[in-house]
Amino acid sequence: MTVRRMNYREAVREALREALARDKRVFLMGEDVNRYGGAYACSLGLPAEFGDERIRDAPLSESAFVGAGIGAALGGMRPIVEIMTINFSLLALDQIVNSAATLRHMSGGQFSVPIVIRMATGAGRQLAAQHSHSLEGWYGHIPGIRVLAPATVADARGMLWPALLDPDPVVIMEHATLYNDEDELPAEGDMSVDITKAAKRREGSDATVIAHSASVKKALNAAEMLAGEGIDCEVIDLRILRPLDDETIVASVRKTHRAVIVDEAWRSGSLAAEISSRITEQAFYDLDGAVERVCSAEVPIPYPKHLEQAALPQPQSIAAAVRKAMRR
Amino acid sequence: MIEFKMPSLGADMEAATLVEWFKEPGDRVERGDIIALVETQKGAIEIEVFNEGIIGEQRVQPGRKVPVGTVLATILGPAEEGPSGPAAKTTKAVEPRPPERLVSAGETPAPAAPPPLRVTPAARRRAAALGISPENLSPGPDGIIGLEQLPPGPEREASPPRSRRAGLDLDEMRKAIGAAMARSHREIPHYWVVHAIDSTALFDWLEAQNVMRPIERRLLYIAPLMKAIALALKQVPELNGHYEQGAFRPSPVVHMGLATALRGGGLIAPAIRDIDSKSVDELMSAIAELVPRARLGRLRSSEMTDGTVTLTNLGEGNADSVFPLIYPNQVAIVGCGTASPRPWVVGNAVAIRQVIQVTLAGDHRVSHGRHAAQFLTRLSELLAHPEAL
Repeated sequence: MTVRRMNYREAVREALREALARDKRVFLMGEDVNRYGGAYACSLGLPAEFGDERIRDAPLSESAFVGAGIGAALGGMRPIVEIMTINFSLLALDQIVNSAATLRHMSGGQFSVPIVIRMATGAGRQLAAQHSHSLEGWYGHIPGIRVLAPATVADARGMLWPALLDPDPVVIMEHATLYNDEDELPAEGDMSVDITKAAKRREGSDATVIAHSASVKKALNAAEMLAGEGIDCEVIDLRILRPLDDETIVASVRKTHRAVIVDEAWRSGSLAAEISSRITEQAFYDLDGAVERVCSAEVPIPYPKHLEQAALPQPQSIAAAVRKAMRR
Repeated sequence: MIEFKMPSLGADMEAATLVEWFKEPGDRVERGDIIALVETQKGAIEIEVFNEGIIGEQRVQPGRKVPVGTVLATILGPAEEGPSGPAAKTTKAVEPRPPERLVSAGETPAPAAPPPLRVTPAARRRAAALGISPENLSPGPDGIIGLEQLPPGPEREASPPRSRRAGLDLDEMRKAIGAAMARSHREIPHYWVVHAIDSTALFDWLEAQNVMRPIERRLLYIAPLMKAIALALKQVPELNGHYEQGAFRPSPVVHMGLATALRGGGLIAPAIRDIDSKSVDELMSAIAELVPRARLGRLRSSEMTDGTVTLTNLGEGNADSVFPLIYPNQVAIVGCGTASPRPWVVGNAVAIRQVIQVTLAGDHRVSHGRHAAQFLTRLSELLAHPEAL
């Protein structure tokens, strides 16, 4: 099978193109998606192919254009709404949490909201505290929505179409540091991926490192460092932040007896806290030590590069947490 | 050059798997050094070397199962170490001594309360599955007992073909016990003599001793009991030694195998050496050190082969008496029932006394009932004066 190289940004763009081509009800809406090509250039070139009707620039009001997207979905369309960063999505939380996530339940199943909301998340690009946070866990808290976190080029390419097929709202978190990552993908064929299961990115026997999004790469780097010390890590990429794939996580921890959770969000009230709790609920008697967490420093993400990097989980701090879990 | 062979670690052992070398070619070894770990039906045994020299060639690689007598390695004697010979590596590093706590005059160090046992959930479960009491395990450097402090366990681990580390296989052990006891029953003409011994003096003495001692130095009655048995055996040499190739070889010292039940069904009788010349306190520490190791399946080769006699002690709250079978090629085994209060004639009255039923099983090819009676009478006298042990 022939393969081709593409980066994460191109994978997102190709997924958008595929969706727009496959289903006439699909349209893309968001700030700067048309004339500017998207804040991260994901929709660059698409207006020429699909026209201004289907690649729509929205005014600077997240609440308004997410709300409009929800309305379009209720009206039978398949909107893809892009929000520039997760920090700005807070302006649309009312629409997402109070409307999109609830309407199926509040209508007794009469209404579906088949909207897909994409947003960039995460730190590492010196965009300072109002553009760099990892609030995925907040969305993971909300019943009624599915939350995806593609960490690989293949997932960036393959998650959008299944997300559009989901009759309920799906939020896709694209980490801003991943857009230039390259990988090989098959040249042709169905690129769709499963959007229900976590993935094992590295097989190991001594400790399970659970990560998502950009932290997966860091966890894999840490695993390589530790391999040189004779510690064999398994790395789980969560992929789906809601509903969490407990089965994959717990099966791995049952095997390795040690768990380290990497989460770029803050520790307090985090997704890492939730996963840790599920592990102790479901695999307590398999644990050979406390569940360790590697999270960001509890400060607004700093602007200076050295402080920003110091605030985030890094391979070194992940490796240190694994050693601690191994009691080495 | 000396050929270092797979030792026989018991009459019932035919072969064993070499698990790990602890010394490499070129390493200097001294008598008593542990040079390898082998796995037998009775668990993992650390093999000691009885010669001095330098490891030449290792002929068996870890993972191989070889019959008893197979040459495992060659050891070059001191004369063979030429300047061109393998460079001798010094294996004995000077271990830094931990700083001793200074105790000012007049201050007696208070016996520290034992820290609460910290065991990880996974370790607790594996220990239970293996029949090991966590109290008998030594914690890791951080004071916690985790999986690394345990032998591998029978877990529903989805790990690929179980990479076997050394440990206990209770099924194999059951087979080994069966083979040894069948041979004992078949070959040794046993006789048994029982004597009920008033042990009140022993228990009174123990109680008085233990009141004065910090918890970690308290004695269990097995320690003075073993000492008394050893001293009594010294008087009846026909009950202490080995019967091999049609002849009895008495032993000048008493190395006593202590039958140790392993939860889950195993039984093993590692020997404590020179019981007759150890103090009761030394014996107590030896037992405290040996029993957990036996339960972990980490014994040394000498402990498996050195026994000149065996003691099976049912312990407190158990059955009244036991009629054990001799462990070949030994010639006697002592069985102690539980100590329980009994009506007992003292002078002209009946009193309540702590009584132990002691059985001596002897090998009729070597001894007979009178020897057993001599031994039991002497034991009774010795236990009446525990302070003298």
